Amino acid sequence: MANVLVFIDNPGDALKKSTLELLTLGRSLGETAVAVNGDLHQDVSATLAEYGVTAVFRPSAQDLDDYLVSAKAAYLAAAAGAASAGTVLLDNSPEGKEIAARLGIRLNAGVITDVVAVDADGTAHKSVLAGSYTTSARATTVVSVLTVKANNVTPEPASVASAPETSTVEVPADGTATAARITAREQKAASGRPDLSDARIVVAGGRGVDGDFGPVEQLADALGAAVGASRAATDAGWISHDAQVGQTGKTVSPQLYISAGISGAIQQKAGMQTAKVIVAVNKDAESPIFEIADFGIIGDLFDVLPQATEEIKKRKG
Amino acid sequence: MEETLKIIVLVKHVPDAQFDRHLTGEGYTTDRNESILSELDEYALEAALQLAEARGGAKAGNQVIALSMGASGAVNAVKKSLQMGATEGVHLTDSALAGSDAAATSLALAAAIRHIGTGAPVDLVLTGMASTDGETSLVPAQLAERLGLPQVTFASSLTVDGGRLTARRDADTYSETVEASLPAVVSVTDQINEPRYPNFKGIIAAKRKSITTLSLADIGVDPAHVGHAGSWTTVTAAEERPPRTAGTIITDEGDAGIKLVDFLAAQKLL
Ligand SMILES: Cc1cc2nc3c(=O)[nH]c(=O)nc-3n(C[C@H](O)[C@H](O)[C@H](O)COP(=O)(O)OP(=O)(O)OC[C@H]3O[C@@H](n4cnc5c(N)ncnc54)[C@H](O)[C@@H]3O)c2cc1C
Ligand SMILES: Nc1ncnc2c1ncn2[C@@H]1O[C@H](COP(=O)(O)O)[C@@H](O)[C@H]1O
Repeated sequence: MANVLVFIDNPGDALKKSTLELLTLGRSLGETAVAVNGDLHQDVSATLAEYGVTAVFRPSAQDLDDYLVSAKAAYLAAAAGAASAGTVLLDNSPEGKEIAARLGIRLNAGVITDVVAVDADGTAHKSVLAGSYTTSARATTVVSVLTVKANNVTPEPASVASAPETSTVEVPADGTATAARITAREQKAASGRPDLSDARIVVAGGRGVDGDFGPVEQLADALGAAVGASRAATDAGWISHDAQVGQTGKTVSPQLYISAGISGAIQQKAGMQTAKVIVAVNKDAESPIFEIADFGIIGDLFDVLPQATEEIKKRKG
Repeated sequence: MEETLKIIVLVKHVPDAQFDRHLTGEGYTTDRNESILSELDEYALEAALQLAEARGGAKAGNQVIALSMGASGAVNAVKKSLQMGATEGVHLTDSALAGSDAAATSLALAAAIRHIGTGAPVDLVLTGMASTDGETSLVPAQLAERLGLPQVTFASSLTVDGGRLTARRDADTYSETVEASLPAVVSVTDQINEPRYPNFKGIIAAKRKSITTLSLADIGVDPAHVGHAGSWTTVTAAEERPPRTAGTIITDEGDAGIKLVDFLAAQKLL
């Protein structure tokens, strides 16, 4: 019988890398079943078999996306019961965490968010207080609910493929009875750049770009990087709020973070100080960002960034 | 005539992130010296004050009740809220609460909210998007689940009209319009407003406002269900990361862009 349940929300026509990571992690903990919401494409079913999934659950209702989180939590709780799951794994998106929160109450299960690794005995590892501590934690309950950050597991298909059975799970009525309804949803235009949350390289600009993100974007494109920003830059309307890095924006842990025209306030550092390598370009030698930079340049970003962009293009030929 | 509202705002007392923060003791709980009202909860309080003021404020019978759960120092988060304009304060405090995780915190806060709602029901529970120490954002969703109320989280705008609320929520690839009936639990982001500073008048007025202290016995919660003992998660180890140290700092002499690329090449980052 399966003892791990992975939640896959609207897989589309191919599973995301982060979902493959959850399936790989799940297999290291036990037999893994999945609870899918939304359409189940043939290619997705094939991938689930490659990853050794033992059972596939689908909801009795198709309108779970119309309710803010609670309907999905109710469905997942029922699926966890059907799977006799001891561990439920979800992605660490804001919505993943909220579903986990409610699921925890429904299952009397401890919830641990922002997990980067899980030991065979269920101990989860994460970092807290803006990256200043790493902690080990575990649920003391029969079932544990973990939301796992992307890019911490290497996806690997199972050595032997499976042939999972699909079954339908009845969505409990109380998941929708008092739920908030989503009455409109507008898609945002895609940037064509890598996703900020799990990009390998981030180039970020702050108030110092003074309204012109051009040099930041050009360097990002030369490096194949995502574009980030400080709140001063997003509040000014120079770039979308989605680009904000920090306490109330995104937390990023890229291989390389290039900070340009950003002073390095504590709320900005909270979102980027676990980057492997930090480069800072700032006119002011006293700027706190230099205290955490591996390579700092005291200079004008409008000189330094375009020069670096040209040089990278030259070297890459 | 607009309806009047009874709003509870959840305010947490957290270590000031401007100073080094530490985990202490057996349960690795956060050291609460140098603590303040969590700055993200100021947005929730401001949203509540604006809703109340649009309906004639306290004079017209609107209530904005600041509720904080925590040790003795947490009363300071309540006091700051009163200075900003909350009409009354509630401090939930009990030695058995120490070390509560999100599940235990939401259990105790849900009981306190029910207690405050006896007699005159609560219309709205407003919270911050995350506490600046726990950073989990679990509590608002867990409160909604425990109270059986609609959950409207990460609102970047909020309007209330005729017993219904409408909010906007922004995700990475889409934004949503959300509707729910009152009562509801709403968490707000830092995009929703610009919190006010307490002014002199507010600080004087706050001294006359009442703060009710509640214990677990007052709200009918078994001490075994909260605190370290009642929590569903436990921290088994914590290790302080060595602080980042400054590396090489150069001053641009016309070729810093090239030196930057040299550095990236040496780090194998190109
Ligand atoms: C509740 C709350 C939440 C917050 N959340 C976030 C968050 O998530 N993310 C975040 O970033 N901030 C956040 N902030 C804001 C944060 O406190 C700072 O105000 C913000 O990070 C400052 O942005 P900045 O560094 O771009 O601007 P500034 O602090 O004004 O710094 C601009 C820098 O640019 C440099 N500069 C100017 N011109 C040039 C040039 N031509 N070349 C090179 N350098 C130049 C200057 O020397 C200066 O150091 C939050 C604040 C609060 C209260
Ligand atoms: N001890 C507490 N007292 C009052 N409010 C709290 C407490 N803990 C959490 N909250 C509220 O819940 C929100 C989210 O907190 P968290 O789930 O810890 O990230 C905070 O912004 C507060 O509004």
